[in-house]
Amino acid sequence: MDTMTTILQPDHATIPGVSKPVKSRAGRRVHGLSDRAIAWLFVAPTIALLLAINIFPLIWMIRLSFTNLNLSMSYLPLRFVGLDNFRDILTDEDVWFRLQTTAQFVISSVALQVVIGFGLALLINRQFRGHSFWTTIILLPMMLSPAVVGNFWTLLLQPQIGPFNYLISLFTGVPPSSFSMTGQVSLAPWTIVLVDTWMWAPYVMLICLAGLRSIPDYIYEAAEVDRASAWRQFWSITLPMTVPFLMLAVLFRAIENFKMFDMVNLLTSGGPGSTTELVSIALKRAAFEKWRTGYSSALAIILFVTVFGAANIYVKTLNKVKQR
Amino acid sequence: MTAAATKSTAHSIVEASPRTKAFAGGLVILYAVITILPLLWIVATAFKSQSDAIAYPPKVIFEPTLEGYVNLFTVRTRQTPDFIAKLPPPETWYDKLVRKRDMVIAGPSKVVPRFVNSLIIGFGSTFLAVFLGTLAAYAFSRFRIPLADDLLFFILSTRMMPPVAVAIPIYLMYRQLNLTDTRLGMILLYTAVNVSLAVWLLKGFIDEIPREYEEAALVDGYTRLQALRKVVLPQAVTGIAATAIFCLIFSWNEYAFAVLLTSGEAQTMPPFIPFIIGEGGQDWPAVAAATTLFVVPIVMFTVLLRKHLLRGITFGAVRK
Repeated sequence: MDTMTTILQPDHATIPGVSKPVKSRAGRRVHGLSDRAIAWLFVAPTIALLLAINIFPLIWMIRLSFTNLNLSMSYLPLRFVGLDNFRDILTDEDVWFRLQTTAQFVISSVALQVVIGFGLALLINRQFRGHSFWTTIILLPMMLSPAVVGNFWTLLLQPQIGPFNYLISLFTGVPPSSFSMTGQVSLAPWTIVLVDTWMWAPYVMLICLAGLRSIPDYIYEAAEVDRASAWRQFWSITLPMTVPFLMLAVLFRAIENFKMFDMVNLLTSGGPGSTTELVSIALKRAAFEKWRTGYSSALAIILFVTVFGAANIYVKTLNKVKQR
Repeated sequence: MTAAATKSTAHSIVEASPRTKAFAGGLVILYAVITILPLLWIVATAFKSQSDAIAYPPKVIFEPTLEGYVNLFTVRTRQTPDFIAKLPPPETWYDKLVRKRDMVIAGPSKVVPRFVNSLIIGFGSTFLAVFLGTLAAYAFSRFRIPLADDLLFFILSTRMMPPVAVAIPIYLMYRQLNLTDTRLGMILLYTAVNVSLAVWLLKGFIDEIPREYEEAALVDGYTRLQALRKVVLPQAVTGIAATAIFCLIFSWNEYAFAVLLTSGEAQTMPPFIPFIIGEGGQDWPAVAAATTLFVVPIVMFTVLLRKHLLRGITFGAVRK
């Protein structure tokens, strides 16, 4: 108990000019509430809510993943099937194919966003006139609802009536109705990469910009004095000092794209065939169309574990770039 | 640049030359224009007639009409020209518009209730998340809580979870509790997703408020709660407002949970918009009108949040 009290003492900032920190009042009861009680009272509701809405259902789902539960055939007796669901998933070629599709989507879109985002950040960092206005314009797409974005890009990409194909045909001469960005196996995977990049390159840009602005001027001034070329300055100063920020953006986008559902669901619904069927979309079909609850719970857990691991690395990176 | 010129300001060495600036500016503006075109196209489509919206080649110049908005807000029935001729003359401008297409307005569409759902669920979950988040963030910021780092990671990790995966057990749980397709169910769910962001963001904001103010207040005989109310909260107002807007944007935009857990009663705008159907497929002007109305607040929020955007997308870690 005593150790708890000391643990829960507010840690004082030493005030400059005052040699001794102010006496702590932890544990002293004021109006019946000690600091420790307040700390617990303040944190408890949040934790309770997350336990109720996230953890309890998660534990339930882990239980279900060992059963044969199928909501469309709920008359079947509920049986524990051990690791059968996991075995089915890991030996299912379709699942591996979905994972491959997802991995390709994650890698290509994140790579494209890094190139465009970092490039834009370097340009904006030149502080030309009106740069903050144009930056705000560029940021708009990432604030929109991914579902709404997927929906209206469907119109933009209509082969016959959409402006996208029309513009392409103006520049290349290919008739606009001869190709379909969302309906063609060869193009659809690139279409989701394109729309995702339109939406999220600004995200990478914003974080890279923060990285660039965190580099103190005197480093460049020293490099100038040493007559380092602009190229050399970029490779030895700009890039290495922006890398932690870049990592932050890459990790977060990779996590987000790995679980991508909304935008792709409305743009291609996983089609044509299953060329753009990402893991989340396959999961939605298994859970909410075929109602294979046991099987989809097992798949969801595999997703969870992956995201949880990535989230761990992400938080470590967050703490690294944290600006005090 | 001569050496004498560089002496005058500290920044001049790293400051780009006017030519470089113009070049960089030109490229950025080009990208900005390309990036904004899709949005402008949607705003324009909202003011097109059905035939202009699906014209080939796509029309850049067209006669603006409010048909899309009328179609969005009404349900219409097609009638024979004879029937329409017998009707009393149309009283309102929108009746006129609809009659031109040989139709009569049969009643209001579901768009207003859906907007209301979006607002209620958005504000409800935002208020709860910011309230809970402020308390927790204050505690994490000012007290030594055992395993604080692990708790904070746990709180953030709940936000990272794939919504489709979370939706499976939530769906089953809500069926048991009769919470499927209820506003309360959605408010609780969005509060849970938002509270993680709220805690992290607000902790960042509260960390920036010097402790000395509180310490002084405590020495003066204030209780912790009084110090929080009278000293900390007034200084955290900007941070709380920014956090609230981030939570509101999330709830406003959320689709996966909404589409899987609501079907009518509590359905919000994002799952509703794609299903605005006219005769023979999507009624594009109406869809574009809905999208435009839906996006306007987001654009305003983005402009308001410019300064805090970076914090919002990095959970408060990166501050400027």
